[in-house]
Amino acid sequence: MTLTQHDIDREIAAEHAAYEKRVADGAPVEHQPRRDYAPYRSSVLRHPKQPPVTIDVSKDPELVELHSPAFGERDITEIDNDLTRQHQGEPIGERITVSGRLLDRAGRPIRGQLVEIWQANSAGRYAHQREQHDAPLDPNFTGVGRTLTDDDGRYHFTTVQPGPYPWRQHLNAWRPAHIHFSLFGTAFTQRLVTQMYFPSDPLFPYDPIIQSVTDDAARQRLIATYDHSLSVPEFSMGYHWDIVLDGPQATWIEEGR
Amino acid sequence: MTKIDTSRPETVLPTPSHTVGPFYGHALPFPGGGDIAPLGHPDTVALQGYVYDGEGNPLPDAFVELWGADPDGRVPQSDGSMRRDPSTGGFLGRNGVEFTGWGRVQTDANGHWSARTLRPGARGNSAPYLSVCVFARGLLVHLYTRIYLPGDEAALAADPLLERLDPARRATLIATDGPLGTYRFDIRLQGEGETVFLEFQ
Repeated sequence: MTLTQHDIDREIAAEHAAYEKRVADGAPVEHQPRRDYAPYRSSVLRHPKQPPVTIDVSKDPELVELHSPAFGERDITEIDNDLTRQHQGEPIGERITVSGRLLDRAGRPIRGQLVEIWQANSAGRYAHQREQHDAPLDPNFTGVGRTLTDDDGRYHFTTVQPGPYPWRQHLNAWRPAHIHFSLFGTAFTQRLVTQMYFPSDPLFPYDPIIQSVTDDAARQRLIATYDHSLSVPEFSMGYHWDIVLDGPQATWIEEGR
Repeated sequence: MTKIDTSRPETVLPTPSHTVGPFYGHALPFPGGGDIAPLGHPDTVALQGYVYDGEGNPLPDAFVELWGADPDGRVPQSDGSMRRDPSTGGFLGRNGVEFTGWGRVQTDANGHWSARTLRPGARGNSAPYLSVCVFARGLLVHLYTRIYLPGDEAALAADPLLERLDPARRATLIATDGPLGTYRFDIRLQGEGETVFLEFQ
């Protein structure tokens, strides 16, 4: 039996209803997806069944996980944050500017840390050899960027609007357009890999990956805001996306969290 | 929404995690990602292993990040893990004399990974260990674990994490002696012999 969008829609609705009931019954809000989320089939054999073992970081401030690896000017080049300038010609697509701040749970900026992004081209194709989607590659677009956050925790990328693409999990499965982000905090416990989406994408309800975040408010935090003040005249559309890293860090202990 | 007002702490809520998906290979791994040890350093340890799913199949689309103290137990503060060439935009590799303590290695088509780093020194109350962060297609939130090296049984017995675990689960965090003087550390995401994964609070 071919797995259809209708099958996945029902599973997504059931997971969402189960989450809403848990919260109504007093369970805490879940800011993160559960690793066991069957509507995203690849998770089925790849999530642990044992609960994680909890480490209370306040008992040992010396844990190496409370520190983060360092990155610096040597690890990036000047045009790494401009994905439209990495080849001889201009990539095809709508140019966009994506900017925001990298913050910790206390709202403090995370300075000088590495932000890595990767994305499909404007036709919805990744420059990756195993990609099977029959959309054109763009010889002027690789879709990989890096930058370091500034003293306000701010990052800034120039790129092109990625296209949505089909992904074969089920019949007519399409991913909403997104940019992958990889982030480091001041502690290794704050590591985050996620995806940024664009406002009002009609594919959101159908996509089990964004729907794996079952909390409605948490899911909204993955969607960038159109920001006219970031749009560059005669050049690009602007999107603002602030990122908040979870996970304990050493300084919280000092402040008596 | 995603413009956060830091003057209102109740609005500063975590950004959810997502899977790395299948197509990170041209973006995140970099040449020399697992060559963390400075060249010829006498405290170099070679680590290798497989990442398996719940049916025991190796994952060809996973990567691990390793992060550890130097042999004296100090936290490395050097950048330069992924040094770049400003003229070509390519990667220069590490400089071979500094120790960043951090590396990233993807599994190959056989689900196998390997890295060379320095034997970590002890910090705080813990036996020496390397912190590991696992990412894969299908994994909606990355997983933390630790690699403890075998040998110093007294230190391992006193480790605050290991002493809380039953013996079978404890063994999943301790590397074993592999061929050619390497240490073997397999990661089982699910099922029999499931690796102990950690949550920090």
